[in-house]
Amino acid sequence: MKYLPYAAPAVIGVIVLALWQLTVTLLDVPPYLVPGPLLVAQTMAQDADLLLHSLLVTLRITALALFFSVVMGVVIAFLFAQSRIIEASLFPYAVLLQVTPVVAIAPLIIIWTRDVQTALVICATMVAIFPIISNTTLGLRSIEPGLLDLFRLYRASRWQTLLRLRVPSALPYFFAGLRVSGGLALIGAVVAEFVAGTGGSGSGLAYQILMSGLQLNVPRLFAALLLITLAGVAIFALTSLLSQLALRHWHESEFGQR
Amino acid sequence: MPDTSTIRLRNLSFAYPNGLRALAPVDLDIRAGEFVSILGPSGCGKSTLLRLLGGLLTPSGGSIEADGDFAGQTTGFVFQSPTLMPWANVEANVRLPHALAATRDSDASARIDHALQMVGLHDFRHAYPRELSGGMQMRVSIARALAKQPRLLLMDEPFAALDEITRHRLDRDLRELWAAEKLTTVFVTHSVFEAVFLSTRIIVMSSRPGRIVGEVTIDQAGEAVTPRNDEFRISEQFARRCAEASRLLNLGMNEDEFRGQAA
Ligand SMILES: Nc1ncnc2c1ncn2[C@@H]1O[C@H](COP(=O)(O)OP(=O)(O)OP(=O)(O)O)[C@@H](O)[C@H]1O
Ligand SMILES: [Mg+2]
Repeated sequence: MKYLPYAAPAVIGVIVLALWQLTVTLLDVPPYLVPGPLLVAQTMAQDADLLLHSLLVTLRITALALFFSVVMGVVIAFLFAQSRIIEASLFPYAVLLQVTPVVAIAPLIIIWTRDVQTALVICATMVAIFPIISNTTLGLRSIEPGLLDLFRLYRASRWQTLLRLRVPSALPYFFAGLRVSGGLALIGAVVAEFVAGTGGSGSGLAYQILMSGLQLNVPRLFAALLLITLAGVAIFALTSLLSQLALRHWHESEFGQR
Repeated sequence: MPDTSTIRLRNLSFAYPNGLRALAPVDLDIRAGEFVSILGPSGCGKSTLLRLLGGLLTPSGGSIEADGDFAGQTTGFVFQSPTLMPWANVEANVRLPHALAATRDSDASARIDHALQMVGLHDFRHAYPRELSGGMQMRVSIARALAKQPRLLLMDEPFAALDEITRHRLDRDLRELWAAEKLTTVFVTHSVFEAVFLSTRIIVMSSRPGRIVGEVTIDQAGEAVTPRNDEFRISEQFARRCAEASRLLNLGMNEDEFRGQAA
């Protein structure tokens, strides 16, 4: 029973792959329409150098974007939590940032920054930062009133209250935001790469997908797609692990998990 | 020489910012070493009075004056719920008052050990709040209130949410603690029995806006303190005091409000 969460999806995965391979082989589907999983695996091995290099490029952009999202998002959240006026005047702009499709502004940013890599990081950050801001702000505000009374009773300074009460209270909210942002940073990076297109120095996974599409190299397209998905899963697993390590002692969301 | 330190409430009143008058002018002296219970119907302003005493609210009118030992001292406050920091273990929770005041570590540690011993939780100092029962959490909260050796202990229905057996045990422990530490205590409750069992004096309040209807003295000043044990609970003395407190409580019930609630 302990391995059920891993075994069950694995079995389903194997069955689907087998059916897929069987259908492709039996119906003799041409590989430029739908390649079988075996062919995709083969392509993955053949083009390993190329694909891994692209993966690294995309991951680098994702990691940078997530890093900047966390740093800037947390700083902004602290500012928001300090005063309602700051929050009231700036929060609408954070929402504006969130609802503007990155595809629509990416070309502008690419023109402005000249350096494509920088532009991509900026785009991905814009996509990923919002959950960190909104969650952390909410967390810094969501404090048990009784604890706040307690800190007032012992005449805690604003600074002490922030460090010893607001920050720990905000941690679960921050980590929930981080898990969402991790996935968004990857999506932002890939979408921005698409917009940057085949021109310039871009050579991330989205670039490989675009090129493979143009060359009708569909197996490689599938391989690149698979890598993006796997990267997304890995990022989610990593952020979840961080959250678990930080909260396992006390927060309801991580009880009973090993 | 007896300690004559006193906290004097004079004409003390309070209205919330929304205009709701929670406390009618109240006059009350709390003398060093007393165990005073505040007894009153729900919503009459007991918590408000306690929060005024703890400095968590500022009076709308009148004054609170503390002299002698009470002047400028920190008070211990036990809230209705344990209000522990879930991310900190028992010891860190009890240490909080010292951490905020930046007490020297060695001094703090000795007092924290002592406080944990008093509530019988020394073996659980590394446990996290979620690993403790409700009664144990409440005792951690009491240990935290005692950690800075306050001169005044304020408690707001601390055991109201606990089962009867645990409550009786904690009442007895608290009374022993009070006797041992000579700790002036103000205890809010709406249980007549708990008030009579614990206190040296009971202050009965009327329904909102709360004013003092009367008081019941359990231990005469200077007289030998009545022992508090299960025998006391079934004694004739106990019953008489309960009857007296109940009578005052009924006296303070606002007739109009009663009808309003019934309608
Ligand atoms: N923050 C607040 N703002 C406005 N009104 C309040 C506030 N807190 C309490 N009140 C009101 O003031 C009155 C007195 O409240 P208080 O909490 O002191 O009552 P209490 O005697 O402690 O009641 P209980 O026994 O139910 O705890 C109540 O009618 C309550 O509705
Ligand atoms: Mg109350």
